[in-house]
Amino acid sequence: MFDAYAENTLEFFPDLCTGCGLCVDVCPHGVFAQNGREVELVRHKACMECGACQLNCPFGAIIVESGVGCAYAMIRSAITRQPEPSCGC
Amino acid sequence: MVELSSPHENIQLTTSRLGIAEYWDHFLARWAINRNKHLVEPGLYALGDPVANSPVFVTANYTLSFDALRSALGGVDGYILALDTKGVNVWCAAGKGTFGTDELVHRIEASQLKHIVDHRELILPQLGAPGVVAHEVRKRSGFKVVYGPVRSTDLPKYLQAGEVSPEMRRVKFTLWDRITLIPVELVFVLIPLLVLGLLLRSLGAVSAILAGVVLFPILLPWLPTNNFSTKGYILGGIVALPFALNAYLANPDLVIWQRIGWTLAYVLTLPPITAYLALNFTGSSTFTSRTGVRTEIFRYAPSMAWMFGIGIILMIPLFLTKVWGG
Repeated sequence: MFDAYAENTLEFFPDLCTGCGLCVDVCPHGVFAQNGREVELVRHKACMECGACQLNCPFGAIIVESGVGCAYAMIRSAITRQPEPSCGC
Repeated sequence: MVELSSPHENIQLTTSRLGIAEYWDHFLARWAINRNKHLVEPGLYALGDPVANSPVFVTANYTLSFDALRSALGGVDGYILALDTKGVNVWCAAGKGTFGTDELVHRIEASQLKHIVDHRELILPQLGAPGVVAHEVRKRSGFKVVYGPVRSTDLPKYLQAGEVSPEMRRVKFTLWDRITLIPVELVFVLIPLLVLGLLLRSLGAVSAILAGVVLFPILLPWLPTNNFSTKGYILGGIVALPFALNAYLANPDLVIWQRIGWTLAYVLTLPPITAYLALNFTGSSTFTSRTGVRTEIFRYAPSMAWMFGIGIILMIPLFLTKVWGG
């Protein structure tokens, strides 16, 4: 009830993953972890949808609807009917 | 055949030492003064006395980013490649795509980096990754992208150890990080603050705004619940309490419905002001997802508007009776 951040759009497809670990490197919230030659999704809820992992995965094993979690930018785009900016600053 | 200018002629010099001019520039940037004009020229810089196998660090052409990088690299000889992010920091510029694959590949070519260093490796700040496709940079430029630590202050440790520890990979939002954001937050609400404070003399509204832009960033991790809106409601409620009590207790000459009316007006108008500003702080935080913020907006923004609107409507008869002497 009091956690709007319980869900997000991050999806991980282990079948496509080669375990290169680049997603582990780029994630600022430790969402992925290297376990030997495999990568595991360990902190799904901590994902902030920055999109770095999807962009840097050469194998298409990650999908996330990236965007900036900024209420100011979202409300402004809703009022002015402009497309949502990737960043309002 | 015309001889091309030596690639080394395009390199500007820089140092790891910051002076008063830089600190003054940082101070102005923190106060959002000339917000988009804190920039350095994009291109290649020599730090110390670099040679062909010296490391190359990539950053944004925002002075706070550029200066954070070079000041962290005291005693290091290397190159700094500043991308043209229009004076925006690395993480935000990566989100916009200006700190991105195209610009990086373009800067590598424009600076003739291939002729300056004999290796093919670039150290990027980790937070540049939302804009950069590492494998595409390699394909297009021949340079391998290595993501260094989140914070430039960890670079010496990284250079020594040769690897980034999991702790260096995590973005934080420390008390000091949050405090440095307060000036910009204050500047954003300066006009409403002045109008409410000086023109309307509304101490309650001023307190609710200051709670949202000063207290909220400081108290963020310690306010209960996970959502910024509910955290803001709680803080705004605490701020409204003394005003509401005072309205009831300190006006014994008013009739009871007026005392209750003013109490309700404070309870209804002040918490949504703080909650709204708290919700807007999501954009300054380092961890809110778009999905989560959208959920917050749909769930809480209507209640903020209703509470505030009803409170204002309630105040109209209260003001009128006050003016006409009840």
